[in-house]
Amino acid sequence: MPVKSYLAYPLKGAKKALHDAIAKIDYCEVVAAENKDLLIVITDTKTQLEDENTKQQIETISNLKLLTLVSGFNTPKN
Amino acid sequence: MYTSITNRRSFIKKMALASAMTAAATMFPGIIFADEQEKNIPKDADLDWKKGPCRFCGVGCGILVGVENGKAVAVKGDPSSSVNKGLLCVKGYHQIMCIASKDRLTHALVKKNGSYVKTPINDALDLVASKMKQTIKNHGKDSVAMYTSGQSTIPEGYVASKFMKGAIGTNNLDCNARLCMASAVAGFLTTFGADEPMGCYEDIDSADYFITWGNNMAEMHPVLFSRMLEQKNRRDAKIIDFATRTTRSSTASNKSILFEPQTDLAVANAICYEIVNNGWVNTSFVEEHCNFNKGLTKMGYGLEDNYKFKDKPSKISFEEYKEFLEDYTPEKVSKYSKVSVKDIKYLAAIYGDPNKKVVSYWCMGMNQHTRGTWMNNLVYNIHLLTGKISQPGNGPFSLTGQPSACGTAREVGTFTHKLPKGVVTNEKHRRKAAKIWKVPYERIPSKPTYHATEMFRAVDRGDIKFIWTQVTNPLVSLPKTSRYKPGMQKESCFVVVSDVFPTPTSDVADVILPATWHIEKSGLYGNSERRTQHWDKMVEGPGETTDDAWMTIEVAKRMGYGDLFPYSKENHVEEIYNEYRQFHVGKKHNMAPLEVLKSQAGAIWPYVEGKSTQWRFNAAYDPACDNGKDFHFYGKPDGKAVIWQRPYEPAAESPDDEYPFWLNTGRVIEHWHTGSMTRRIPVLHKAVPHSYVELHPEDAKKMKIKNGEKVKVVSRRGSCILPASVNERGLPTIGQVFVPFFDENMMINDVTLDAFCPISKEPDYKKCAVKIIKA
Repeated sequence: MPVKSYLAYPLKGAKKALHDAIAKIDYCEVVAAENKDLLIVITDTKTQLEDENTKQQIETISNLKLLTLVSGFNTPKN
Repeated sequence: MYTSITNRRSFIKKMALASAMTAAATMFPGIIFADEQEKNIPKDADLDWKKGPCRFCGVGCGILVGVENGKAVAVKGDPSSSVNKGLLCVKGYHQIMCIASKDRLTHALVKKNGSYVKTPINDALDLVASKMKQTIKNHGKDSVAMYTSGQSTIPEGYVASKFMKGAIGTNNLDCNARLCMASAVAGFLTTFGADEPMGCYEDIDSADYFITWGNNMAEMHPVLFSRMLEQKNRRDAKIIDFATRTTRSSTASNKSILFEPQTDLAVANAICYEIVNNGWVNTSFVEEHCNFNKGLTKMGYGLEDNYKFKDKPSKISFEEYKEFLEDYTPEKVSKYSKVSVKDIKYLAAIYGDPNKKVVSYWCMGMNQHTRGTWMNNLVYNIHLLTGKISQPGNGPFSLTGQPSACGTAREVGTFTHKLPKGVVTNEKHRRKAAKIWKVPYERIPSKPTYHATEMFRAVDRGDIKFIWTQVTNPLVSLPKTSRYKPGMQKESCFVVVSDVFPTPTSDVADVILPATWHIEKSGLYGNSERRTQHWDKMVEGPGETTDDAWMTIEVAKRMGYGDLFPYSKENHVEEIYNEYRQFHVGKKHNMAPLEVLKSQAGAIWPYVEGKSTQWRFNAAYDPACDNGKDFHFYGKPDGKAVIWQRPYEPAAESPDDEYPFWLNTGRVIEHWHTGSMTRRIPVLHKAVPHSYVELHPEDAKKMKIKNGEKVKVVSRRGSCILPASVNERGLPTIGQVFVPFFDENMMINDVTLDAFCPISKEPDYKKCAVKIIKA
């Protein structure tokens, strides 16, 4: 049950578009910085496979310049 | 404690978010995630945002607390505060979460037959007053004591001082700022004759170099460090980290220089040697504005009870000073400091370059030092020799650890030797206090009594028979608690503890008084840059919680001193502040009127003709300069600052065959001091749930200690078992271990030594000898 946080850097002028695109992906929460071109993405998935698929979906967004992992946590299933 | 999986995942997500926000703040100083702070607020919420200063460190960030239906529901940084410009650290964002802790002290508790009994607050205050009065009657005024805090508000500190010194007539008042800032105070007074930094945070915007002396600002003063990083990124300002351990600050700096503990004294002198011998002295500045002094040496370390020391300064010439520095050539100092000759010369060249602006920052590394006053003097020497002082971007800047260590402990003067203006040993100062307090001048004793360490020794000896602690947790924060905890448990002393939460200190109390927290009362704090900040009460405290100032006043009234405390319950904060301001009237320390403080995010004293004074002692900025010159160090009678001849002397205890490691203690970003608040904030507690001991990987390998494995840290005083931390957050040098002190379940202060600086009486938490054993 991985929980991960990422910093997502948008292409110039595409912060809102990137925000909206990530927000549509399952298992993702996105927090936008108010005064900088940067998003925080939190993923909360049930399996390793879901985790990898989610990351892949984010990485295919055309407005994404760079995605960097900040932290990863695995929680026990019960 | 059971935590559901749902809650646990929620915590973990918050931790993940907090980690990302911290990482983002490192890369984008000044970044704001205001939406996140407001996320949990219902869309139709009718929030009232109330301004105030942060409850935690001495930076004094401005916060806005969102209040709805009488409850605090959100915190965000105050964009109008020049201190933090909207940014907060991870502690700041989550601060209000501790208020709702289930074990909050909501009613007074009185110990009866070994158990605590819930007691009406008025009955508890009756008991406190009668015990105090009876103790004075039986054993004299100096048998009672108060121990307060750099977290006490200005009114709280002021009434404590008036109560003890003006009403009762004892100097048995000291505070926990003795443990963190006393060396800075003694350094300022001996060099400049006036306490507190001459500059302000605006220095960050102008400096070319930031040199941090034993100071992990990335974790301890993260918002200021962010501002420095912003200047590093924006205009290539340089950060040089000079420390005994590699930290987050080191890795974010341009250069990290490590030194052997205690040898900062020698390196500072070596820098002065280079400045003097390379012709980098600002001769006109030194001739015009400085004297040269030396003091006594081989002072000892205060390890014995009733230790006394008084320095005897005498004037020396520049030539004598130059000769003294011959013992501190880079080549000689390099041998025992483990700092390369090249790095010593590199540091000296930065200070010596007349075209580079330099700010020096320090906090506990230099202050918690058995030669802390000397270390402060030595950094001032560097800035005075080069004339890099009291100008935008140029100056020495001592940072504080508590939100009102400056405003309350230092300015109000809740130390044994202090008065709100001046010191008890000065007749003029005593007369001034007596006049404002409306007490006979003879009532204020002229001799200081117990500083913090000696106060708790006196409790242990049975000399103090009544002690009242407010807003502090000495049985976690004192050095050598292995002595002072059993001391406080003795029947010979009646212990009163005012606090918001139960702590190891309240565990030994005879009476526990339930205090209101920060935003549940009105108050004023004073931060590191001389900024006084006011806030109004934002929410009601639970149960019978009462602010400490009012509890002191109530006890004073019950003891027959009501005429000295004529304040009203509704407006006592305002009435006390207006009385206190009288002490500082004048261009050198005038405090801003309350209406100004209410209208803006604080003001810097001296507040003269409607303006804050950002750079003291510089005639271009400071209206108190009246000697007709560019600079005026008016704290000294002749208007000149002092360059001190202070030698290197070894630590009170150094590693040996039996105890081969240095022990260094300190803090982490997630927790604040003894953890009594931050360990009750779930996100922070989960992030760092317990303490640990950092070892260098080579030492760990040699002892076959793996990361996470339990080890015992043992000194001549006591021991503590903690998990090992290898290659994690910080990296001590070989032969050194580091332990954070926030965890009351892993009491590293049972291990530390109660040696202190003989001048400031501040203990050294950074150096003692230990051995490491697999537990």
